[in-house]
Amino acid sequence: MSEAATPHAPLESDPEGYAPSVAKRLAFYQRAGGIITPFLTAVFAFLMGGIVVGATGHNPLRVYKAIFEGAGLNWFLHFGSYHVDIPFTNHHIWFWWDTSTNHTAAYNLTQTLLTTTPLILTGLAVAFAFRCGLFNIGGQGQYMMGAIVGVYVGSRFVALAHVTHILFAIVAAALAGALWGAIAGFLKATVGAHEVITTIMLNWVAYWGGSYLLGRDGPLQNHVDKSIPISDDIAQKAHLPAIWGNPALQALHAGIFFALAALFVFYLVLNRTTLGYEVRAVGFNPEAARYGGISVGRNFVVAMAISGLFAGLAGGIDILGWQFRLGVLDVQVSNIGFIGIAVALLGRNTAVGVGFAALLFGGLLTGTSTRSLDPQIFPPQLAGNLALMIQALVLLFVGADLLIVYIWQARRKLHLPRKVPA
Amino acid sequence: MDEAPVLELRGITKQFPGVLANDHVDFDLRHGEVHALLGENGAGKSTLMSILYGLYTADSGEILMNGKHVTISSPKDAIELGIGMVHQHFMLIPVMTVTENIVLANEPVKAGVLIDEKAAERRVADVAATFKFAVDPHARIENITVGQQQRVEIMKALYRNASIVILDEPTAVLTPQEAQELFEILRTLTREGISVIFISHKLNEVLEIADRITVLRRGKRVETIPREGATEEGLARSMVGREVLLRVDKKPAQPGDPLLQVHELAVRDDRGLEAVRGVSFDVRAGEIVGIAGVDGNGQTELIDAVTGLRHPASGEIRVGGHDLSRATARAAFDAGMGHIPEDRQRRGLVLDFNLAENLVLHDYGKEPFSRLGWVNPRRWIRWARGLLEEFDVRGGGPTTRGGSLSGGNQQKVVVAREVSRNPSVLIAAQPTRGLDVGAIEFVHRRLVEQRDAGKAVLLVSLELDEILSLSDRILVLYEGRIVAEFPPEVSEEEVGIAMTGGRRSEAA
Repeated sequence: MSEAATPHAPLESDPEGYAPSVAKRLAFYQRAGGIITPFLTAVFAFLMGGIVVGATGHNPLRVYKAIFEGAGLNWFLHFGSYHVDIPFTNHHIWFWWDTSTNHTAAYNLTQTLLTTTPLILTGLAVAFAFRCGLFNIGGQGQYMMGAIVGVYVGSRFVALAHVTHILFAIVAAALAGALWGAIAGFLKATVGAHEVITTIMLNWVAYWGGSYLLGRDGPLQNHVDKSIPISDDIAQKAHLPAIWGNPALQALHAGIFFALAALFVFYLVLNRTTLGYEVRAVGFNPEAARYGGISVGRNFVVAMAISGLFAGLAGGIDILGWQFRLGVLDVQVSNIGFIGIAVALLGRNTAVGVGFAALLFGGLLTGTSTRSLDPQIFPPQLAGNLALMIQALVLLFVGADLLIVYIWQARRKLHLPRKVPA
Repeated sequence: MDEAPVLELRGITKQFPGVLANDHVDFDLRHGEVHALLGENGAGKSTLMSILYGLYTADSGEILMNGKHVTISSPKDAIELGIGMVHQHFMLIPVMTVTENIVLANEPVKAGVLIDEKAAERRVADVAATFKFAVDPHARIENITVGQQQRVEIMKALYRNASIVILDEPTAVLTPQEAQELFEILRTLTREGISVIFISHKLNEVLEIADRITVLRRGKRVETIPREGATEEGLARSMVGREVLLRVDKKPAQPGDPLLQVHELAVRDDRGLEAVRGVSFDVRAGEIVGIAGVDGNGQTELIDAVTGLRHPASGEIRVGGHDLSRATARAAFDAGMGHIPEDRQRRGLVLDFNLAENLVLHDYGKEPFSRLGWVNPRRWIRWARGLLEEFDVRGGGPTTRGGSLSGGNQQKVVVAREVSRNPSVLIAAQPTRGLDVGAIEFVHRRLVEQRDAGKAVLLVSLELDEILSLSDRILVLYEGRIVAEFPPEVSEEEVGIAMTGGRRSEAA
């Protein structure tokens, strides 16, 4: 998080700052200001959302309370004397929260965390590329490639042992995402194709590719029922173990540990390895990196591959954790990769920030879902829109923040063409 | 000369976050004089002029014109009051003609909306005739020289009826001959009753052109003195606040074996045009070879090729016997090359990295700075702490962001990094660009030290003074070719003529 604490960058000293690329501008947002900006961004988004809720004739406070409870976050507020099972044993220890998912709050929380898991990873997929100065819009496609390969490996290779099968499927999914990301990085490094364009196109390739593979008579379509455009179910032993809740009712699975580990890996790679040093150097100033002897093109490929790795991992563990199968509809309606962009931006491309932003969006999505929100308080069909709206407002405010920074920068440029008081 | 000031700034104070840029500065300008504003970078010259031109508002203080209080809150106000400013970077539109640029945003119109081209041309011709400007009014900006572009900028101000013209470091982009032409123009302007504020940090120029000189240091006015009696040494002392060695003190060179050999090098620029056309030279151990030339004659491409940042089209580069013709930047560094790049902010430093990270920019991947791909930031910081002390970098420690240092200290960090790697060949490209007198002295001393330690130093600079005072041999680059070689005793005029493509007169 040390980067997030950096005070306002003196813009006048950034020669590229005057005509920055989108990625450059967004990367700037990540540097300007501390924790207060993303916090205010979120608060403003919720305030504006509240005004809209009020305009529909509902009480915003009650609605937000219902969303909060729908997300299960109220679970943390009820202390008591309970116990929690120790995994893989018959023992249990005392705990101050009630973990029984028979209670709505605890169940809702498992669902929030279930959504948070892939959001962390797709958020990291966007954040890592950002740190290399690249705007990875392709998280969705990379996620989908991971999911497709995950369902393929998970539903075949049934001869493999339990853990081996899971690891094989997850590694294959992550590599599929990495490959999908690396294509965009490679095109940028070799022919200079802009990553925003190529990743959007690769999203569509994944979208239609997945629709073909899983669709009627597609190679991955269900072997048993040829009437539905859905894959085979993955093998029972390829399921990620449930860690909280009843597996029959969509329990929280072990995939969350992958996501939490990924946050740590993200931090470690960026700040403690030569690879991370190169990626950050290229992200901050490709010209200086090149001068320093760093291959900019190679880092574009590597950074996009690592980004794709995170997104592919998300796709894989969603399949192995709770979806267990993949349908054409899933491919076409999923937007978890796109929400990752909002997560990364709100989280300012840092590990800790992405973790919290993913939890916020995970809670928002779960809290406004038809399943969790009390229709007496707010109609669920409106609530889904509210979630989208708040998401959009966050992006808008991130953009507005940038705009302010940009105007300030332009002012400085006009006022002092070259020199500034040192 | 009329002694009543046409312009008076009284007690101007401007506070920026953390910096008092102007601290009760007084300044006055008399009718028809050239008043030089002298100071180091960050002394507050630009801030003061920005306040006068309406780009900033002063926190306190007042502006009087012809004895009357005025409020200037935007450049528009300033222009209306007859103040014109020529920025260091010209604000001209390359594809438009001289006339179009001059009348831009202030075009004579006919029938309400149409530009009256005849009237525009007439008025521009009037201005040119009054002030004796020799510029083709129909030429496109992109086709005329930098010196002529500067004249267009001045004409722009005069066209808007400026009686006060502010010139911000006007000679930075000019050859010595062009600078002389500019001074001639300034003398004409003052004869016609225009008053000129001349911002500079070059002492010799100020002494040549100014009637009076005001020196600023750290936001405060140190003194305002007439040119008569002023000396370079005295002005330098006022600017820096201590005695400064203006002449580089060095012993005669003791050149050894050639360490850098460049043979028939040809390099293309970004547009694919041949920018360097068959250049050959050696730099021997223990000598400084200076490459003089006007900007844009192939210097950048030459440096890029020699340092591995650009592949040459043909030719050979050898460092201590290694062939580096097709080498990468990393390979060049590893072969013993040091490179102080011409733009420290764009290239020399990652401004968002801290100083420790910047100081390991070439060697982060080598032990002891990292091991098996894992970096050792504690080691970086310890290394940085030593270097920052040795090279007297002020304004921050190892974990300070590179961008928050002043230009001079940034350059010290670059020099520290390059010199500490103990290179056998040191390429210094414009090593003192934009630095103040104190920092220039520091960099020059370090370069001479490297020479005396038996390194081969290649100095590429647009500052002829710098080339002349440091080099043991001088090469002149013109249109991608080396057109002349001079010993260090050569006169400025002779090099200047070669820089503009004139034949070296063998008879003289």
